[in-house]
Amino acid sequence: MQQRTEKIREAAKRLLAEGAVDVVLGYRAGTVPMREQPFAARSVEEADELVWSSFCCNNLANFLVRRDEKTAIVAQGCVSRNIVGLLQENQIDRKRLKIIGVPCLGMVSRSKVLDKIGNKTVFAVEEQGEELVVKGKGFEERLNRKELLRDNCFTCQHRNPVISDEMVCEPVQDAAGGDIDKMAAPWEALAPEERWSTFKEAFADCIRCYACRDACPLCYCHVCFVDESKPQWCGKTQDEADVQTFHILRAFHCAGRCTDCGACESACPMGIKMRVLTSKIEKDVRQMYGYTPGMDEKATPTMSVYRPNDPQDFIK
Amino acid sequence: MADKILAKDKLDEFIAKLREEADVYAPARVGAKTTWQEVNGAEGLDWDFTNTEMSPKDFFFPQTECMMRFKNAKDDPEGMIMKAEELLPRSRVLLNMRPCDAKAFQVLDMIFVQDEMTDDVYWRDKREKTLVAGLACNEPCPTCFCSSVNCGPHHQVGMDLLFVDLGDKLLVKVLTEKGEAASADLPPAAAADEAKAAELKAAAEAAISSKVSLDKINAREVLDLYNLPMWDKVHEACLNCGTCTFVCPTCHCFDIQDEVQGQEGRRVRNWDYCMSWLFTMHGTGHNPRGKKKDRVRQRFMHKFKYIPVKRDGEIGCVGCGRCIQMCPVNIDVRQVVDQMNS
Repeated sequence: MQQRTEKIREAAKRLLAEGAVDVVLGYRAGTVPMREQPFAARSVEEADELVWSSFCCNNLANFLVRRDEKTAIVAQGCVSRNIVGLLQENQIDRKRLKIIGVPCLGMVSRSKVLDKIGNKTVFAVEEQGEELVVKGKGFEERLNRKELLRDNCFTCQHRNPVISDEMVCEPVQDAAGGDIDKMAAPWEALAPEERWSTFKEAFADCIRCYACRDACPLCYCHVCFVDESKPQWCGKTQDEADVQTFHILRAFHCAGRCTDCGACESACPMGIKMRVLTSKIEKDVRQMYGYTPGMDEKATPTMSVYRPNDPQDFIK
Repeated sequence: MADKILAKDKLDEFIAKLREEADVYAPARVGAKTTWQEVNGAEGLDWDFTNTEMSPKDFFFPQTECMMRFKNAKDDPEGMIMKAEELLPRSRVLLNMRPCDAKAFQVLDMIFVQDEMTDDVYWRDKREKTLVAGLACNEPCPTCFCSSVNCGPHHQVGMDLLFVDLGDKLLVKVLTEKGEAASADLPPAAAADEAKAAELKAAAEAAISSKVSLDKINAREVLDLYNLPMWDKVHEACLNCGTCTFVCPTCHCFDIQDEVQGQEGRRVRNWDYCMSWLFTMHGTGHNPRGKKKDRVRQRFMHKFKYIPVKRDGEIGCVGCGRCIQMCPVNIDVRQVVDQMNS
């Protein structure tokens, strides 16, 4: 991690000093444990604040849309795939963008660490190789980093950036090792009514803060459907129907575009696993349409194209 | 009023007595979270929690609240006439509320119930029918900064009773008449118990590691603060999600909508938030807070300048630190206040 941090700073300083970019989007150390902050470095001095750790959980591609400056961005596999998606959807200009690629070792789930520690307050978390040292008042625990990876990082298939202008280290093994299809499998084993109750349970704690939407680089509409008022597509209340409508429609809007980056889950203050929806959609798109989002800038996204041999089982 | 003692093994009895006339709620651990739950007795009460993830403001200001109902029929003589919704049918007791949250409700009292013309019946009704028994904080979190914002770990404002956890018993500070009635049967505290509680108070206050300063914010003119160049940087990481406002015990903005389904109609208010562009969108299409920077600035200016100016120096923040812990991009209110004050 330290080596990646050094190389990111080096690249950022060079790009800023040369005037190749006005700003470098990266992460800087957070003020609380396990939260790094998206950070826009605009000078060589500021570039010295950039860091890389297991807690760079926000998707920085989210900050590229509607940005006027010449921009460099620090991008691991998933972020690079979202950059590709934004290029496909004409949201960013490749000529004004420099990508500092980071082969990724996966990010750690803050909520998994907190669950593991139990009813104790964490004062600091340090990374020591494959171990996380979690410290609080009167305790210090050493935890295995790999066991605490975010679910999506555990099943990640593309840890290396798929598009970059320079890389900060040698590529890593691309697949993280988890079985990505198993993520969606529980839905498939359930009867429809059980699916519905499992779904309701999964989203019951939602407070509709929209952090999932706002952390997502796919959600760049000027006016989101939940904010539309003429007509109002979705009610504003905490009634189940309104909460569920938001999540179902959000997931559908991500179909064939979601890179499974996990930013939504990491942002959720209530620990909701919204990937229970998006992972099923990801699997269907991959298996039924043979399409993996964010891999090829020239490809037409699967929901934007019609082929006579597209599966049409749903209307049979 | 003299302090009392409540032994923890007498809590069942105490709660049973309260339940004769009220529903009783307290923070309890459910899985990995500490949330407010209805309690029947002492079982399940958590004495080690730092604070609940969500503040208890939902008890007085529900996220979705039906205010009135109407019949959606224009031609009917009874149609489109608003009928008041029934107010809270039964009293409530909120046990073990942290001092920061209790203080937040006292701040909100000043906003929801200002005078005859600004008298929110929904808020007032629930406040009047609720007894708050606080639990002093003996182990503040690293993100707590209550002592910098007119509050503190053993603060008593906004409560009827304050419990101080002495191990196998609670010292009960009686703060209001309502609290006196609820604790009438309890034995008086001994001098040693009082001394122990005072010791815990001093230790908790000393354990608060983070502080913010407000002197310069107070001295500066509104527009000087409003135009500080720091706002250009502060907003950059912000997602404009509403997490900070939703978990905050003092954020209180709302939106009112009429919902109709067939013949049924209701007027409902929902939490809204300054981070949302829609919150300030005018019918004309003009938005006075059209940019993210404007919206982020609003949240901090409201808490640390506008409320103090309007409410005799009271601050719209109680230092609970929830927004620091929950912000997905680590926007830290302490840093923002420091910059406003620098």
